[in-house]
Formats: sequence, C-alpha cells, structure tokens
Amino acid sequence: MAVTLQDYEEPAGPAVIEELRALADRVRGRRMRHVNSTSVGGGVAEILTRMIPLLRDLGIDARWDVIKGDQAFYNVTKAFHNALHGKTEEITEQMFEIFRATTEMNLREVDLDSDLIVIHDPQPAGLVERKKDIGRRWVWRCHIDVSTPQANVWSFLRPWVEQYDAAVFSMPDFAQQLPIPQFRVAPSIDPLADKNKPLDKAYILQVLEKYGIDPGKPMLVQISRFDRLKDPLGVIAAYRLVKKRNRCQLVLAGGGATDDPEGDKVLSEVREAASGDPDIHVLLLPPFSDLEINALVRASTVAIQKSIREGFGLTVSEAMWKKKPVIGGAVGGIKLQVIDGVTGFLVHSPEGAATRIAQLLRDRKMRERMGENGYQHVRQNFLVTRQVRDAMLATLALDHPGDSVVNLE
Amino acid sequence: MAGEPLNPEAPFVFHTERHLVVLTGRSACNLTELLEHLHKVSGASIFYHTHYLFLIHNFGKLRFYNEFANWASHALQEEGLAERLAAIDLLSMTSLRDLREAIIAAVEKYLGDGKRLRECPAGDEFHFCEAKSFVMPTGQVAHDVPEFFETVGQLTDSSLYFHFFEARLRLERPTNDFSIWLRHHSQPRLAQAIERLDPYETKLAELREQIVKIGRRLRA
Repeated sequence: MAVTLQDYEEPAGPAVIEELRALADRVRGRRMRHVNSTSVGGGVAEILTRMIPLLRDLGIDARWDVIKGDQAFYNVTKAFHNALHGKTEEITEQMFEIFRATTEMNLREVDLDSDLIVIHDPQPAGLVERKKDIGRRWVWRCHIDVSTPQANVWSFLRPWVEQYDAAVFSMPDFAQQLPIPQFRVAPSIDPLADKNKPLDKAYILQVLEKYGIDPGKPMLVQISRFDRLKDPLGVIAAYRLVKKRNRCQLVLAGGGATDDPEGDKVLSEVREAASGDPDIHVLLLPPFSDLEINALVRASTVAIQKSIREGFGLTVSEAMWKKKPVIGGAVGGIKLQVIDGVTGFLVHSPEGAATRIAQLLRDRKMRERMGENGYQHVRQNFLVTRQVRDAMLATLALDHPGDSVVNLE
Repeated sequence: MAGEPLNPEAPFVFHTERHLVVLTGRSACNLTELLEHLHKVSGASIFYHTHYLFLIHNFGKLRFYNEFANWASHALQEEGLAERLAAIDLLSMTSLRDLREAIIAAVEKYLGDGKRLRECPAGDEFHFCEAKSFVMPTGQVAHDVPEFFETVGQLTDSSLYFHFFEARLRLERPTNDFSIWLRHHSQPRLAQAIERLDPYETKLAELREQIVKIGRRLRA
C-alpha cells in the first residue's frame, strides 16, 4: 500500500505534518518535475521514491522522470563522478562528445513541461538548455561533493550549471563558487523504510541467531560497504583495544560495491584481521537486506561510523533514529550529525574510538541519554518530512529572490 | 504582521518561522579571513551563526551555541577566543549591527594580543551561511491576555524562536513580541517578567514553561 503523509504523523509528530500542510497551501497545484539518471538503486532514487508521493499528497503536482543513456554514456558519467570527487581521470574529447550527444537525445525525448524543474546531479545537467525555449524555474540539485573537481570536467559542466536559477547542495563543504543562489538541503532518512521502521524483538533475535551473534553480549556495529574510506580495519583495531578490559563483540556488516574493484581486496583484509576471534562477525550482506541491517543496529549497544572520508554518511542518522550513541569519524556529514558529547563522540583515531566506546559500554545512563538526544536530533533535522519541507521552501525561495525574510501571510 | 511593525492594539496573531539555508560561498581558514568576511557578510549571516543552534539543538546542552565560538574552539583550538565570543551578551544586543561589531571587536582584540595565526585543518573551514526565513501565521490568535497565555503553552519551538529571536534582532523590534503586546494590554508587570527571562540560557521548551508559569500570576 502506498505510504501517505498521515503515516508520518507518529514518527515525525503531528505539528510537523500540520506545518507541511500549511506550507503546501502556498504552493498547491504547482507542477514540480524531478529528473535524474536512475529509477532504482542509489540514494537519489531512494529519496525520490519517498518524496514524490508525499509532495503529491500535499497537493503539489510532483513528477519524476529518468533520462536515457547507453552503457557508453554511463561509463562516461562514472568517470565524471570520480573526476568531480577529485580523483584523476583521463577524460577524452570523445567522452565529452558522448555526454553531449546523450544530452541532446534526452532534450528531444524528456518531457520538461513544468513550473519548476529539479535536475539531480551532473548526468542530466545539460537539460537546462531547454530553459531558453520554455523559461520556467530550474534548480540543479547536486548530491555529490564538487568542491575540488578535476578542472576539465567542471569547465565542461559549469556553463550549464550557471544557467540554473539556483543550485542545492547537501553541505556547504560540497559547494562551488557560483554566480547563482545556492541553498543547503541536507539529505534525510525515511522512518518508515525497512531500514528504519520499528521491528519485533522476535525478528531481531532471529537475525542474531542467523548470524551466530550472542544476544547477551554487548555489541558494537558498523554498517558500511567494505571500503578503505570507511576504515573497517581501524574499527577492528579499536575493538581490540576495548576488548582488553570489556566484554563485547563486533559486527561489521555491509554490501559489496559492484563498481568497486578494491572492495573484494578490502573484504579479504578485514576477514584476515578478524580471523581467530569468534566475537568479530564480518557479514557481507546481499542487496535488499535492509530489514536485517535494521535488526543488527537495533540489537547493538554502540554504533560506529569511523570513516576517514565521507559524503554525508546517513548510516549515522539511521543509528541515532534507533536511539544508539554513535562513534563517528570527524569527517564530512558525520560532523553535522554527531554532536560531540551530546549524541555520541567524534573521533580521529582507533585509539580515540576505543576510549569512547569503552566509556559508553561502562555507562548505561550515558548511552541512554545520548541515544535519546540522537533520536531527537534526527527527528527534528534528518527525517524525510524535513526534506519535503525544504523542497517547498526552495520553491517559495525562487518566488522571492533577494528577500532574507519572506512573509507568507 | 510578521515583517511589519507589531500592532499592539490588535489581537495577538502567533507566527512561526521556517528557513532555508543559503550558502554564501564565503569561507575562512584562519582568523584574518574570518574577520575579513565578518565585515562583508549580511546581517542575516551574523544572525544565522549566532542563533540557529538554539532552534535545531533544543535537546541536550551544547558547550557553545555561537558557531564562531565553536569554530574557534574546534577548528583553531583558540579556546580563549571561543570563550570571549560565546560570552557576547546576545540579550543586550538591539541590532545585528551591534552584534556584528561585538564579534569583530572580540576577534580583533584577540588578534591584537599578538597571537600567532593558526590555519584550520583541511575540511574544517568556516563556511558562511545565512537563513532565508519564511514567516507565517500558525493559525492561533489571542484576543485577550488569558487567551494569550493559554495559547503560549501550545506553541512550537519555531514559533517561540520567531517571536523571541527573529522579531527582536532581524525585524529590529525593541523587545520580544510578547512583552510589546502585553504592555499594551495593561500588563506591564507580566511584560517585564517575560523580558527578564533569558532565552539564551534556557531551552525553548523551558522558555515556554516559564512563560506559562508567569501567566499563572494572572489567576493568582
């Protein structure tokens, strides 16, 4: 059954739903068209899957289209993605040509008739070419970090980006100097999704049993793909320091990234480091394991996200939503989610992580207090309802360029 | 009523605010750069970095709610400056101009003490933002003083934030909206009692309770 706005009243609170309805009164009936490059998989598709029905439920004519492209195009966009993240990629003139040709094909095929057109990420960015014919308002919603891009790729995209009425980034650190207004809209989690919804205790125990995890032993968990940037070996090092004087077990669980050739290597290094310790559980989970991931986090005592580099790192909010104190690496979006000493601790080393984990394992009251704070922090700032609100505010913001206080009587 | 001078004769129309964060594209790695931007950014940016944490972290207790202080402490390890910035008495400020000058004066004085400049670690730059605020009525209206206090108990944090912080500093009203209205409804003592509350020292939920308690004096 389709999820409705009303379903969010319990997790988000009735005042939030009421406020969304009041804001929707100011934008009702408007047409909002989102365009991205994939309908399944990835964070953007995930958030649009939830946001579009909610926006429609609020009376906004929200639609979602996906551009078309062949394998050659997606190989180019993958290389662009890496280059925009600051990795050196060889981008040939032929690659730029493939991107341009696919953009032109989509310009002919994608229906862009709308009051507001929101284009997600670089792949469909060139659709803004249509602006000169149809006008309307255009927003570029960039989910990736373009703060230190490879120069030739950014020079290629920039003339398009500058044609938008506004750009939206997840964090100030991801943004670029641009001559158009820029807004910050943080990503969000869906409290009703399988990854986050409440679970029966029986199911949680069943998952623990399936993976041979002791339900009676304090449990540390890190949910992330096996990637060096998530520092799984650092997590094991921290666990070993904690383990010297504390009874505990460690779960490292995540999917394998199909597009990451390094993934297998990292996984075998992690397995190697964990071998011989029955209290370390390295779980390579298949796709669609969201319910199991949810159960593992709910069963944990302390959640860890000890990344060395991170985009936003929504696994942190997912753990805080389950009232877990979080030990987070002090990088990227983790710094916006973990309030040091309030919802968990920010750390810079395995030793720092170990000290804080041990402190939390020994202090139930501190865990409960931080868990509750984290839950409140997510409830106010990182639920999908807040992102729906920001989508409406961004629409209104374009009606009132230049005003820092807008009166919506 | 939101963006205009408050009409104290009319019923009290409660408002709330929601904002979108605007990125200014300005960032600083050290105190000289911070100072340079402090002179140039909008008042909305000064307000944002000194106030929004009161709204979004209304649980627990943060060490500093002033983001300039937070940055001086965490990114630059300049604890002395962080303490001075955090000690700026926001309640005594009557305009964002004054607030900006107070922040600039604190940084200049600190630099004038001959401190060696530190650069923040990469990734810890201070990014100047500002809030684009959208103010709208909550639908709650008080026609008389008892009704006013009854309604206050049901207000959201955002509504209190607007009437206490935004109205006073961004819309440059002489004091909080509640006290202005109560004074014109022949309740100078209640108005003054609310003025004596320090919204910067309490969570918004506590502030709401304190105002409700002040309202009980009506019945006493």
